[in-house]
Amino acid sequence: MKTSATLFQLFQYVLVLLIAPLLLGWVNQCRAWMQNRRGPGVLQPYSALVKLFHKDAVLAFNASPLFRITPYVLFACMGLAAALVPVVATDLPLSPAVDVIALVGIFALARVFIALAAMDIGTAFGMLGARREMLVSFLAEPALLLVFFNAASISGSTSLSTIVGTFAERGFVIYPSMAFAAVAFVMVLLAENARIPVDNPSTHLELTMIHEAMILEYSARHLALIEWAGALKLLAYFTVGFALFLPSGIAAGSNWVALPLSLGTLALKLAVGGFGLALLETLSAKQRLFRVPEFLGTAFLLAVLAILIHYLLGT
Amino acid sequence: MPHLDLTLLPISLSGLATGTWVVLGVVGLFVPSRFVLSTIFPAGAMVALALAGAALGGLDSVPQAAILPLGLPDLPFHLRLDALSSFFLLLLGAGATGTSLYAAGYFRTLAQDGPGRPLNLLCLLYHLFLASMTWVLLADDAYFFMVAWETMALSSYFLVTTDHKIPEIRRAGFLYLLIAHLGAIAILLAFGLMQGGTGDYTFAAMRGGHMSPFWASATFLLALFGFGAKAGLLPLHAWLPEAHPAAPSPVSALMSGIMLKTAVYGLLRVIFDLLGFRFWWWGALMLVLGLVTALYGVLFAAVQSDVKRLLAYSSIENIGVIVSGLGLALLLHAFGKDAVGALALTATLYHALNHAFFKQLLFLGAGSVLHATTERNMDKLGGLIHRIPWVAGAALVGTLSIAGLPPFNGFVSEWLMLQAYLLTPALPLPYLNMTLPLGAAALVLAAALAAYAMVKFYGIIFLGQPRGLKLEEAHDAGPWERLGLLWLAAGCVLLGLFPVTVILQLDHVTQALIGHTLGESAARSGWVWLTPVNEDHASYSPVALLLAVAGALGLTFLAVRRLYHGRLRRGPAWDCGFPAQTWRMQDTAEGFGQPIKQIFSQFFGISREVPSPFDAYPHYRGEIRDRLWELTHRPMVRLAERISAWVGRLQQGRISIYLLYSFITLIALLAFVR
Repeated sequence: MKTSATLFQLFQYVLVLLIAPLLLGWVNQCRAWMQNRRGPGVLQPYSALVKLFHKDAVLAFNASPLFRITPYVLFACMGLAAALVPVVATDLPLSPAVDVIALVGIFALARVFIALAAMDIGTAFGMLGARREMLVSFLAEPALLLVFFNAASISGSTSLSTIVGTFAERGFVIYPSMAFAAVAFVMVLLAENARIPVDNPSTHLELTMIHEAMILEYSARHLALIEWAGALKLLAYFTVGFALFLPSGIAAGSNWVALPLSLGTLALKLAVGGFGLALLETLSAKQRLFRVPEFLGTAFLLAVLAILIHYLLGT
Repeated sequence: MPHLDLTLLPISLSGLATGTWVVLGVVGLFVPSRFVLSTIFPAGAMVALALAGAALGGLDSVPQAAILPLGLPDLPFHLRLDALSSFFLLLLGAGATGTSLYAAGYFRTLAQDGPGRPLNLLCLLYHLFLASMTWVLLADDAYFFMVAWETMALSSYFLVTTDHKIPEIRRAGFLYLLIAHLGAIAILLAFGLMQGGTGDYTFAAMRGGHMSPFWASATFLLALFGFGAKAGLLPLHAWLPEAHPAAPSPVSALMSGIMLKTAVYGLLRVIFDLLGFRFWWWGALMLVLGLVTALYGVLFAAVQSDVKRLLAYSSIENIGVIVSGLGLALLLHAFGKDAVGALALTATLYHALNHAFFKQLLFLGAGSVLHATTERNMDKLGGLIHRIPWVAGAALVGTLSIAGLPPFNGFVSEWLMLQAYLLTPALPLPYLNMTLPLGAAALVLAAALAAYAMVKFYGIIFLGQPRGLKLEEAHDAGPWERLGLLWLAAGCVLLGLFPVTVILQLDHVTQALIGHTLGESAARSGWVWLTPVNEDHASYSPVALLLAVAGALGLTFLAVRRLYHGRLRRGPAWDCGFPAQTWRMQDTAEGFGQPIKQIFSQFFGISREVPSPFDAYPHYRGEIRDRLWELTHRPMVRLAERISAWVGRLQQGRISIYLLYSFITLIALLAFVR
């Protein structure tokens, strides 16, 4: 039983590491189709990663050890985050170590490291990116935490496994508060993953970039790890979203028999979710930076509203 | 021959520690500076360590009392050591160990200064300050408490004004003294109300005394004002960002990390121990006041350019968080929800302990930066991670801790606090149920903003390119300083990694104050897993988290090396291909805070001078003022000045008049008293 659970945890770890770039490729491909482009194909992120790993790394003269260790910290944090979320099954051995609040903490840890690394070289763009990233996050993080709060007060637990269990058990009951929370969550997902309308992942236009500005000085294997970590983060957000709002299909316990079914459900959900993300990004336009606080303030207020509704209705 | 009672060991040891500190201070007055640095301060640190040990012993033993044959003839000093005092003594001892070690190296520049022997005086005041804080925590009667409280205020005042030749520092010191005394008056009045006309000022009598609910509430408000003034609660916070930067760094560290906690101790002592009432609105008031303070403090922290002012505002934020936690605990306790109340109280105490460690660490780091560069303005620092790696490493631990990131200590208390909000059961007042989640939202927002402010703190000071040539000569901290920083950094890490062990100790305090503990459920799954209620509800394991992250990090590193290569070249920064990078193109501290300034512009009093396009020498000046300053402090200072001027008329400067005063007083006393 114990070994089986550990094996399952390892399986999920490897699984998320492998499929994260695929999700990114799928979203990019969908975007390309919607914008009447042919697109590079869904496997493009893998080729990019391999290419980057083969290259020689170039570091700025004044890069400190903090700068060098950050890609690894980022990759380890995001890998852990994606591996913790009940993707195909609940009750993973690592999940009691990190509940939803700690999950937000892990995201914050990674963010602080990348922001510090961006400031390390002392270039204009690095600092600008770090400042903007922290601006986005100080509004997005509370909103995310409040979304989790809402789910936690409904299920009476901050453990993701229990939350998923509760929601999956109750079936398709629609909680009004969770509807508000879902909207807030999608807005946070867009902001935290550097997506339009908050940031544009495919731009290097100096005046608008946030995430890309922070990682300008990285190259080769360091950049590869950061890109991979970004893909893992997107996957983690997707799977957290599924766990909270669409939990059906996640097997209870480490159940190898139910694995093909839950894997199939996951693939379907990711495909639809990725398509939805690409659609959202295509339909909206990049906002001015100082509209972003309004956007995220809305998310924050929606999350607060969700909690108030929960307390008001008592469900 | 007095027989030695081993059960009294903790209190005797604590008393002995304070005595030793006083002796050390007095000896320090007469010995050469070199000796003060190499022996007195390290010895003081060892005394602090012994005090921490004694306090640890005091936590799980029964309350011990002693009477000192000092003080007024029929009013001796009462001492008492219970779980609450022990906890704060532990905080004091453990925190002061690091700062005293650090001070042994830090004050070497004072030793070279010429006349006035500033180091010797400072040594006396420093140890007196430590001893008086211990007395505050040990006092068991109002009289001794006030004597200790005033000794603490005065010794810290003289420490703040160490550089008294600078007018701003004198002004900051005066402001501090003024607010400290306004607070002291309120505390004195609170004690006066609590003794209820019996004339018995021992805490034991107050505990047994009966008050009407009205007078109990009046006492509560007075205590909140008095201790709030010391802690830096809004709107009495203005002295903090003035006094902390003025003081030498180890003193700022002690004041911020420990002295503010004596005010928290005072609040706990009066509200949870001495007063027999628990009204829910007391808790609600503290909760709201605390959260407003937290948000206000952190917003101002994010826009500061002075290293120590930023940290001082961050202290205001943390005090706000602590007071809000106390408020939540009191609120829940008032409604009889003691299980969750104990959780909130544990989180609060945990945060107080954490703050003592990380804030001292950061203040001492700021002190080392100041020593290395003689610069406190963040706009003239930068890139120090290459020059002073020891300090930079320690400050990184402090930064990650204060930003509330796992697996460091700040995260544990934040996590517990959020769990307390989440577990809050339905209270009989519907409005309260609706608004409590807003409290959680405010807390989370403050924590996220704290991360912003701390990234700014670390990034601007230690990272990037040096803003100026002077930084090339910066030298790293000496061995004593490193030892002090290391001690505090280790504290931050250990408090973060072993929460269950800490909570088991905190249980003695929550048991004594609200009669409920957390440890039984928290430790149910062993020391690795922190489970405040049960495993299904919530669990957190910093050790497992650290191992998972570190393991993944190491494996990734090895895998990348093995599968690909580790080739590395150094080159100039890329920066989108822009070739002529200079340090002036980086963000300044003000630039980094600009988004906050813009978004929350209503809260700040901003004045700006922007250059016109035709200026030959363009000049920019921006200033951020605290609006509450004008609203509360100006009137208070003016009132104090007016009263002093009025009282000053008594002073005639002629000895015959003063003799007349004495005569009249004597007659009056004879007439009225007997």
